[in-house]
Amino acid sequence: MSILIDKNTRVMTQGMTGKTGQFHTIHCKAYAHGADCFVAGVTPGKGGQCFEDIPIFNSVAEAKTQSGATVSVIYVPPAYAAAAIDEAVAAEMDLVICITEGIPIHDMLRTRRNMEGKRTLLIGPNCPGLITPDEIKIGIMPGHIHQKGRVGVVSRSGTLTYEAVAQLTALGLGQSSCAGIGGDPINGLKHLDVMKLFNDDAETDAVIMVGEIGGSDEEECARWIKQNMHKPVVGFIAGMTAPPGKRMGHAGAIISGGQGGAAAKLAVMEECGIHITRNPADMGRVMQKILRG
Amino acid sequence: MKIHEYQGKQILRQFGIPTPRGMACFNVAEAVAAAQQLGGNAWVVKAQIHAGGRGKGGGVKVAHSLDEVRYAAQQILGMHLVTQQTSAEGQVVHRLLIEEGVQIAKEFYVGMVIDRSKQRVALLASSEGGMEIEEVATHTPEKLHTFWIDPITGLDATQAGQIAARIGIPASSVNDAATILQGLYRAFVETDALLAEINPLVLTTDGRILALDAKFDFDSNAQYRHPEIVALRDLDEEDPDEIEAAKFDLSYIALQGDIGCMVNGAGLAMATMDIIKLYGGHPANFLDVGGGANQEKVTEAFKLMLRNSKLKAILVNIFGGIMKCDVIAAGVVAAAREVHLAVPLVVRLEGTNVDIGKKILAQSGLPVISANDMADAAEKVVTAAGRS
Repeated sequence: MSILIDKNTRVMTQGMTGKTGQFHTIHCKAYAHGADCFVAGVTPGKGGQCFEDIPIFNSVAEAKTQSGATVSVIYVPPAYAAAAIDEAVAAEMDLVICITEGIPIHDMLRTRRNMEGKRTLLIGPNCPGLITPDEIKIGIMPGHIHQKGRVGVVSRSGTLTYEAVAQLTALGLGQSSCAGIGGDPINGLKHLDVMKLFNDDAETDAVIMVGEIGGSDEEECARWIKQNMHKPVVGFIAGMTAPPGKRMGHAGAIISGGQGGAAAKLAVMEECGIHITRNPADMGRVMQKILRG
Repeated sequence: MKIHEYQGKQILRQFGIPTPRGMACFNVAEAVAAAQQLGGNAWVVKAQIHAGGRGKGGGVKVAHSLDEVRYAAQQILGMHLVTQQTSAEGQVVHRLLIEEGVQIAKEFYVGMVIDRSKQRVALLASSEGGMEIEEVATHTPEKLHTFWIDPITGLDATQAGQIAARIGIPASSVNDAATILQGLYRAFVETDALLAEINPLVLTTDGRILALDAKFDFDSNAQYRHPEIVALRDLDEEDPDEIEAAKFDLSYIALQGDIGCMVNGAGLAMATMDIIKLYGGHPANFLDVGGGANQEKVTEAFKLMLRNSKLKAILVNIFGGIMKCDVIAAGVVAAAREVHLAVPLVVRLEGTNVDIGKKILAQSGLPVISANDMADAAEKVVTAAGRS
């Protein structure tokens, strides 16, 4: 099963003809069932052309009708990315994965408001994307570090997600699906939303949850886990050594007004029964120990 | 991006929010001339730095004569103003705001931020103005009211009036206050602000509502559409290392320790700082080189870290992903040569061609220590820093 995407998912790429879009489309298409999965591209004005044998359409609605794609991935530059999400929402896509980094936060506020009551789910923006190993990779993560298996991974960061995945793979622990939900303060699916999907997924036995300073998403997810989760969760929070008031790269990674510190997050997570580790090199080993019982 | 109070007040006035009359000044003579031009018999001399808490630190003085204005300006200009929000050395004052004095009957607080969990603009308002809002939130939370604004409808006059009445603005001034709140919301949205704060918003003894302070912080992701905001930037208020880093698209923050770290990705960069600490070392910085860790970027990153005289060792932690490790390794070696790197360098690379990458590092003739994983890297760099 996995969560959200598998080898039967059909994907369109918004912004496929830009430099980033081209590069990652080639890699995604080359991964596992990618050649079957990536069925359309959208670039206004370039309808009728092809890239890597993938037909290009002028609009999301047209691409959806013609190709049957239900998921969209976005590499559109930041100034136009929120509008690209809006277009995918208007076309009633099931899922939109927005990779773009640097979207103005007020654009995302309007876009998220616009999504209320609509069917479309959003992952990102400013995220590596979503992968179900050996089936489909939608995003910029390196496919080769993944291995098919039964551990779910959810994270706000890109390369730190890869770190967690690589540790699992090195220990022979494969992954069911890995979701990078992004480092922006206003985004789509949160830790909590992805955790619910993993909890319901018959092919996921346990989850690694990687958080970072800023906001309270990890705490909210932890409280839900305490009440509802019937699978073990391993947790790590990046930013134990981060000083307050300084934005640590990600727009969302900032300790402000005493809120969002790593120690406080870890305390809540531990209290809620999550197997926390303070050592980012130990995420895989902690999971291995739990699965061995 | 933050701006000064006098610049914030210019923005407020553009959105129809009244402020006391005032002028920005860069020296004592200008300050006295400004007071003369403003007229009246009371002025406020205010240090213009980005950090808050200026009053407590001695950066705000009331003057009742031009001589007092001159004296206050002399005292404040050039001082190292230390507040809760500055470093221990304080911030040097280069600019003043000279304002007409105002007879205050009551002080209020209004501010706007983005509430990430509700995904709305949150308007915070309180009858307790003039003090740190965090204090109000901690000690008298019942006096801090939060309202959420729908981005589709915006802040309408009815909601704005209700908010004004709620914090105790007298009925005769509720309409004025509501107009101010609506103006503040428009300013917040139209300038792509992350924070807009008026503390205090005052009711004068003659019944006017005025913004006595203005604080803004803007979304750096939206700067491309706001040249007028970028023009307000004051580099004196920013960390020189961070300014230098930004030129090369590096995200850098100096910390107190002696182990430099250069990482790709913000989350992994924080985790690398954390693991250095966990193994008994002290990170000297946060440094995210982003996706493209090419030779030019790595060279600039090394230069930045080497500005720190305390630096004892450097840890490079790159999860290459799709990038090839041999390319990264060649870049690291070239950069280390270019800056004549003398401190021990521990490199952990992950990704494709990792073995070729390690070979390039080993054959470079540089004092490079290869690490197999994050824990190995942290252990090696802490040991190396202890020796040097």
